[in-house]
Amino acid sequence: MNVIEFKNVSKSFHRAVGQRLLRHYLEDLMGKSDPDSFHALKNINFTIKDGESVAVIGANGAGKSTLLSLVTRLAPPSSGDVIINGRVAALLELGAGFHPDLTGRENVRLNASLLGFSRKQAKDLYESIVDFAELHDFMDEPLRTYSNGMMLRLAFAVAVNLDPQILIIDEVLAVGDQQFQAKCMDKIFEIRNQGRTILCVSHALSTLQSLCTRAIWLDHGQLIMDGPVEEVLRAYEGRTLHAPKQ
Amino acid sequence: MTQIWNGDYLFLLENLIVKDFKIRYRNMSLGVFWSLLNPLVLMGVLTFVFTKVMPNAVKDFPIFVLCGLVPFNFFTVAWNNGTISVANNAGLIKRIPVPREIVPIATVLSTTIHLGIQIALLLLFVLVFGAGINFYWLWLPLLWALEIVFVCGLVLATSALDVYLRDMRYIVESACTVLFWLVPIFYTLDIVPREYVTVYEFNPLAAMILGLRRILMEGVSPNGDSGLVYKLAFTSTVTFIFGLALYSRLKNKFFDYL
Repeated sequence: MNVIEFKNVSKSFHRAVGQRLLRHYLEDLMGKSDPDSFHALKNINFTIKDGESVAVIGANGAGKSTLLSLVTRLAPPSSGDVIINGRVAALLELGAGFHPDLTGRENVRLNASLLGFSRKQAKDLYESIVDFAELHDFMDEPLRTYSNGMMLRLAFAVAVNLDPQILIIDEVLAVGDQQFQAKCMDKIFEIRNQGRTILCVSHALSTLQSLCTRAIWLDHGQLIMDGPVEEVLRAYEGRTLHAPKQ
Repeated sequence: MTQIWNGDYLFLLENLIVKDFKIRYRNMSLGVFWSLLNPLVLMGVLTFVFTKVMPNAVKDFPIFVLCGLVPFNFFTVAWNNGTISVANNAGLIKRIPVPREIVPIATVLSTTIHLGIQIALLLLFVLVFGAGINFYWLWLPLLWALEIVFVCGLVLATSALDVYLRDMRYIVESACTVLFWLVPIFYTLDIVPREYVTVYEFNPLAAMILGLRRILMEGVSPNGDSGLVYKLAFTSTVTFIFGLALYSRLKNKFFDYL
């Protein structure tokens, strides 16, 4: 079964888009501003089958994060079709729903509901989330007293306990200290070995090589190569080394 | 755009409301007291102005004006906070595929907690100084529910527009200042010229205030001769449907504009 399917997908952003005031619209009307648009993804085609683990690689600005926002349906494509089957859990930005004034316990509950846990699941999984994060003594403290590492541990613990069908990982493998990183990697491997689909963006190529079987290489919004992870990574590394300096 | 989030809608709504409420009160040393202070001070000032400076014939002026201030206060706070809620929660909207309607609606509903406290204050005043309990109090929950539905509709529309046009929040602020004068908070409907009365009755906020006074001060049905509650129900429902439709049209591109 195909869980992710991209058919001729393009995504462009208006360069001027962002915080718009009335003045900007008036400038558009008078033809003052530049209606230049920026193509983050151009005509992308691929399908990912159930249980595949796929790496997405490319330089900064290649369109990796845009691709993930299309998979999570946070942004609509400008043209083409994105077809998704299954529950997606995105580790896009850990702790996106966290609030510093709420306690750890309150944040876990809130984040769990944002990620789609039911009331019962949130209650049942609470202990295993806290166990995973190893933060038993801090759960009733407000989040602003946490270190950055502690906060990320908590966020990671909530997200991986969701039991998603499709797990999306965006540059979040470097969580906490080395010991905790190893624990996170074990958890991700465990999820993969349960036959879940994984889509992973990272610059840690060695991690990608061990975690993923397939890789997609993006450059300036175009799909350069799609194939077995070793081949794509070899080509990607070769390209980076030999590319003329700009 | 099909939604891929299939979580527990009510659980999420409850958590978002509780979050808003906790954050607001955790940073206030006097907590809920602040919810009471604003209407009480305004009630005092308006009573002074309209009984001492410019005396008028309205009976029980403090209760009369409080019947106007409580719904108006809720309306302005909910509308203003709701309008900026989507832009202020950009992190959430851009990172987590939650149903996006839930953000402005949760903001309005979290304001109803203040509303509850202020209603308690109003009813206390009515019991101590006013007409006491009557059979028509049974209408009260319906009236409040209709006002909340109306504000939700407005907020859905303006919060979505605020993403595309950040001036929206200033337009809403100004509209609230204007409405303070155009809604019968410190005057009666009797002194409004007859040709404008229907307009007042179709304004849900004005209808709310009129209905409250009929129930709490006069002890009569809020409907009067003109079917006031039906008008309130009609405009609230239409506003809500319009707001929801506009929001669902605009929400797809939030990612690009936030």
